[in-house]
Amino acid sequence: MNKGQRRETIVFYLFISPWIIGFTVLTFGPMIVSFWYSLTEYNMLQPPLYVGLENYRRLFTDDPLFWKSLYNTFYYVIFSVPLSLATGVVLAILLNQKIKTMPLFRTIFYLPSIVPMVASAFLWIWIFNPRFGLLNKTLGLLGMPDNILWLSSEVWSKPALIIMSLWGVGGSMIIFLAGLQGIPEQLYEAARIDGATSGKQFRYITLPLLTPTIFFNLIMGLIGAFQTFAQVYVITNGEGGPLNSTLFYMLYLYRQAFEFFNMGYASAMAWILFVIIMTFTLIQLKFSGRWVFYQGDIKG
Amino acid sequence: MFEKVRHLNKSTKDRERTWKIIVNMILTIGAAVVSLPFLWMLSTSLKTDSQIMSEKLIWIPNPIDWVNYWEAATYIPYFQYLKNTVFVSIISVIGVLTAASLVAFGFAKLRAPGRNFLFIVLLCSMMLPGQVTMIPVFILFRNLGWYNSLKALTIPAFMGGGAFNIFLLRQFFMGIPNEVIEAAKIDGCSYFDIYWRIVLPLGKPALTTVAIFTFVATWNDFMSPLIYLKDQSKYTIALGLQFFQSMHSTEHALLMAAALITVLPIIIIFFFAQEHFIKGVSLEGGIKG
Repeated sequence: MNKGQRRETIVFYLFISPWIIGFTVLTFGPMIVSFWYSLTEYNMLQPPLYVGLENYRRLFTDDPLFWKSLYNTFYYVIFSVPLSLATGVVLAILLNQKIKTMPLFRTIFYLPSIVPMVASAFLWIWIFNPRFGLLNKTLGLLGMPDNILWLSSEVWSKPALIIMSLWGVGGSMIIFLAGLQGIPEQLYEAARIDGATSGKQFRYITLPLLTPTIFFNLIMGLIGAFQTFAQVYVITNGEGGPLNSTLFYMLYLYRQAFEFFNMGYASAMAWILFVIIMTFTLIQLKFSGRWVFYQGDIKG
Repeated sequence: MFEKVRHLNKSTKDRERTWKIIVNMILTIGAAVVSLPFLWMLSTSLKTDSQIMSEKLIWIPNPIDWVNYWEAATYIPYFQYLKNTVFVSIISVIGVLTAASLVAFGFAKLRAPGRNFLFIVLLCSMMLPGQVTMIPVFILFRNLGWYNSLKALTIPAFMGGGAFNIFLLRQFFMGIPNEVIEAAKIDGCSYFDIYWRIVLPLGKPALTTVAIFTFVATWNDFMSPLIYLKDQSKYTIALGLQFFQSMHSTEHALLMAAALITVLPIIIIFFFAQEHFIKGVSLEGGIKG
């Protein structure tokens, strides 16, 4: 290594030093410590006490609320993620039809996704109000049952949260729109010359070339949905009611850590969630080869 | 034959026109459904109690009750929350821009052994969900005396600025031609000069996107203030609103007014910087490839 190269190396490490510090102090170190905590009993007053796999054993065999929160979270993920994906794709395709009003519609659909979660939670609490809320009143006008208790009902609280999540679908819609606009126009021209109908163009051009974007939004949607927290915290005042029907995984983790100060137990929960998210992501990655199509593949 | 072609063209054109009308109609209905909650929020915030508790569906309040806004802003120390939130958001933006641009410049334009490995580590760290590190970081900050202090919400921004932001800026900086940098070196510029005088000015579009995203994310953040702040005087708006809700959960007009004045700054920023938003989100989608 000559003098110039050595200098460049030193300068490189100086430039990236903020990240090295951040990565060590805020990511890598805490990861190790968190794993250690998950093997301990730790209430922040006494030093952590090593208990082996006891936290994990208790979670899996001795904690109905853990299973309840897992069930609630999976219920939410299974409905809200595919519904959001489908709505996002359809909206993006409609918006991509070269209509003049596109920027206006784009703005309207996108806005809800940047509203602070706390504010939109307020809004939806009021919309879901059984007696005076917008939703039941509208249902009444349409001649449908207008006495659903929504957030105060054990059965309807999760569907209500799923409806609320669909309101924020604009975020993924924008990504789909960008994906659609990245599809080369020549492909459609060539297809038209060959006499392909719009249906065929959609089936054989749009959909395959949009699969990488669908895949990206699926993964991001899954990760986000598994970590749902702010809206349930605000709506249920941190309790996950009624009857624990909205006790989502992150809410239960938060309560264990910051209300009951069971830091070891909560750390074990964090690692279980991490493994669940990783498993889902890896499964998706494994199956992605079967349905995700990358434009670069044509060459290879 | 000519006739036939023209005829064909006409029928496709007609079909296209019908299709466009249908698309516009579906989108209009969709947009109405999406905006109704906003309008409902606005309408509720201007109602008197008797109109709120009406069995009928009232969209246009009569009389209009502006007092809710005044009450929402004075019932809670709204301006104190606002001050805290603006402070935290601006400092975070400064921290993220400084740190992420330095690191991104290093990864984009400097050659050194270990660079590629460290970059892969950085990409992997984007996958790690926050809750795994949340508890140890909380305990660390508490031991440093940052509990119940805005330090816990601002100083982390300076430590790297977030893997995603670094990635985004690095991709952008890569696009700056190496010849420009070599030429500057020959003219006797130091590496820091190159970063400061060439890369930063050229990187403005990407820096703006990162700044806006950081600002909105900090403004909307709920979990960190919830974990770290104890005194009401230190609350950010998001946390203050939640506190307000737990105290006045039945005063819907007040709550809607409070929510609206919290949303408003974000909407204003969005309208001024719409293109940056859209571009930023698209870039985010672009990392999949």
